[in-house]
Amino acid sequence: MNKSGLEIQKKSTTLSLDFFGDFTLYQISRYEIEIESTLSHKYAFIEINLNHVTLLDTAAALYLHSFVKKLDNKHISHTIIADKKETLDTIKLIQKYHGEVLKNSKEKNSCIYKLGSYVYEHILGFLAFISFLGKLFSIKLYTIKNISQIRFKEIFFEINESAIKAIPIIALTSFLIGLVVAFQSAHQLKLYGANVFIVDMLGLSILRELAPVITAIVIAGRSGSAFTAQIGAMKITQELDAMRTMGFDPYLFLVLPRIIALMITMPILIFLADIMGILGGMIVANIDLGISTDMFLSRFLEVIHIKNFYVGIFKGPFFAFLIASIGIYRGLIVKDDTQSIGFNTTKSVVESIFAVIVCDALFSIAFTNLGI
Amino acid sequence: MKPIIKVRNIKTVFGKNTVHDSLNLEIHKGEIYGLLGPSGCGKTTLLREMVLLQKYDAGFIDILGYNFSNITQEQSQHLRREWGVLFQSGALFSSLSVGQNIALGLVEYSDLSKKMIDEIVAFKINLVGLEVSDADLFPSQISGGMKKKAALARALALDPKLLFLDEPTSGLDPISAREFDSLILKLRDLLGLTIVMVSHDLRSIYDTLDRIAIIDKKQIIYEGSLDKIKDEKSEFIQTFFKANI
Repeated sequence: MNKSGLEIQKKSTTLSLDFFGDFTLYQISRYEIEIESTLSHKYAFIEINLNHVTLLDTAAALYLHSFVKKLDNKHISHTIIADKKETLDTIKLIQKYHGEVLKNSKEKNSCIYKLGSYVYEHILGFLAFISFLGKLFSIKLYTIKNISQIRFKEIFFEINESAIKAIPIIALTSFLIGLVVAFQSAHQLKLYGANVFIVDMLGLSILRELAPVITAIVIAGRSGSAFTAQIGAMKITQELDAMRTMGFDPYLFLVLPRIIALMITMPILIFLADIMGILGGMIVANIDLGISTDMFLSRFLEVIHIKNFYVGIFKGPFFAFLIASIGIYRGLIVKDDTQSIGFNTTKSVVESIFAVIVCDALFSIAFTNLGI
Repeated sequence: MKPIIKVRNIKTVFGKNTVHDSLNLEIHKGEIYGLLGPSGCGKTTLLREMVLLQKYDAGFIDILGYNFSNITQEQSQHLRREWGVLFQSGALFSSLSVGQNIALGLVEYSDLSKKMIDEIVAFKINLVGLEVSDADLFPSQISGGMKKKAALARALALDPKLLFLDEPTSGLDPISAREFDSLILKLRDLLGLTIVMVSHDLRSIYDTLDRIAIIDKKQIIYEGSLDKIKDEKSEFIQTFFKANI
């Protein structure tokens, strides 16, 4: 690359700027500082010499263009000396195509305006979700009438994807939860000599609350996010539009199979989580509290009523419905850019876990009041 | 004229499928050079190899004096600023506005002031025939033709010497396609660019290209100007050029 630089010669009223070497966008800032510092003195005439410039790129020419304009505004006379054809062509090009930079036209909005639009957007979002649910139920009614329309193949595919492949992680998570809960309470129970009550405690907490909620959280993170990303990507690549034009209703082909698959498998996964959680607790009870497996199981049968098991299983389909419908809804509202997928996937996981916990709280209140 | 792109004995293999076998070509400064061939012949693969997106298996490519077979990380970074690439679908960054897309290279690689960058962006937008007010729009809000123009402005942001175009007129309506052709010709004359493009559009091929290379059966079967093309006996050339004239 040619060595480039700027030679500044000052005579009483004349300033001559002699550029040499390459004059490209990488040099502009440096030259700008040098030139600005000399301009504090008033000159009547400025001479810009480009005869020694080997390469003038459009950015540099643009800089000269705006520099000359600035001189015009200050009524300083000036001249550009250039005899190379390329240099002159670039300067001409700039004169022809330079554009005025538009002022940022966005108005600054007041706090109240922002709050209002924020609330309004959320209300719209909520209404859109309600309309999604409405469409979903109408499709459900339709498939109940036309049972042959149900996509069994897709349902079984989804059961494999979202449930069977999730078995190891759910088993491990709930096993560890049982272990940890038992371990933490063992110490407290020992203090009171109430060792055997570990069975009551584990049975109630795992069957009623922990197993369903932990399973739901794992599924929300695993399948909820996958639903959003899959359907969102299909929307961006116009696969959803293609399906619609070919007469395949995405609700029938994509939405319903996922929801049904999750609603069927969630209770089974909760049952698995029950077993693994209790197993974890039983091991700790055996080692730490000296309760033998026989003793644990006979006490379990004695104090834990079967209704506790049903309560936990009963929650499964509801959680599954929330997770699947939020995940799919978020996928369907993905906009036409890549960032939207990430944003909606995050939202879908956060919202579905939140919805699961709210739903669980409502169930707790309802069951307590019903005396179950 | 000295060639600025030299492709020598290039071999490319995908699994068991050989795409190129000892393929040679030369591109000179200031010309608009076209890569043609039946679909699946590896035109886009060759283009991707020329812009360091993909590795070849044997031979070498030399661009602006850099040999890709023993190029260092710094050299390849330097070389990447010397060319602009226009992808088939534009590949504008969807999270940035058109103006930000064009400004990205300037912001990252130069120390120019915000005001100066805005002026350069406005100039490039004018140059490719968009409105300055389009700078605030996002890629999802503009039409296919505008996307291509914006992507071209982005490719030109750092004043490259070389421009690679992958099917520049595909997906455009005939009027926009002809506009795009004359834009490319105009830019070549105004900025002294060397342009390499892959194209299927026969009108565009006749209107813009100075020289073409036709890839078929893993090799270049024809390289040169369009005048003599009709005398060639190759099956692809016969069907492609005769059928369309």
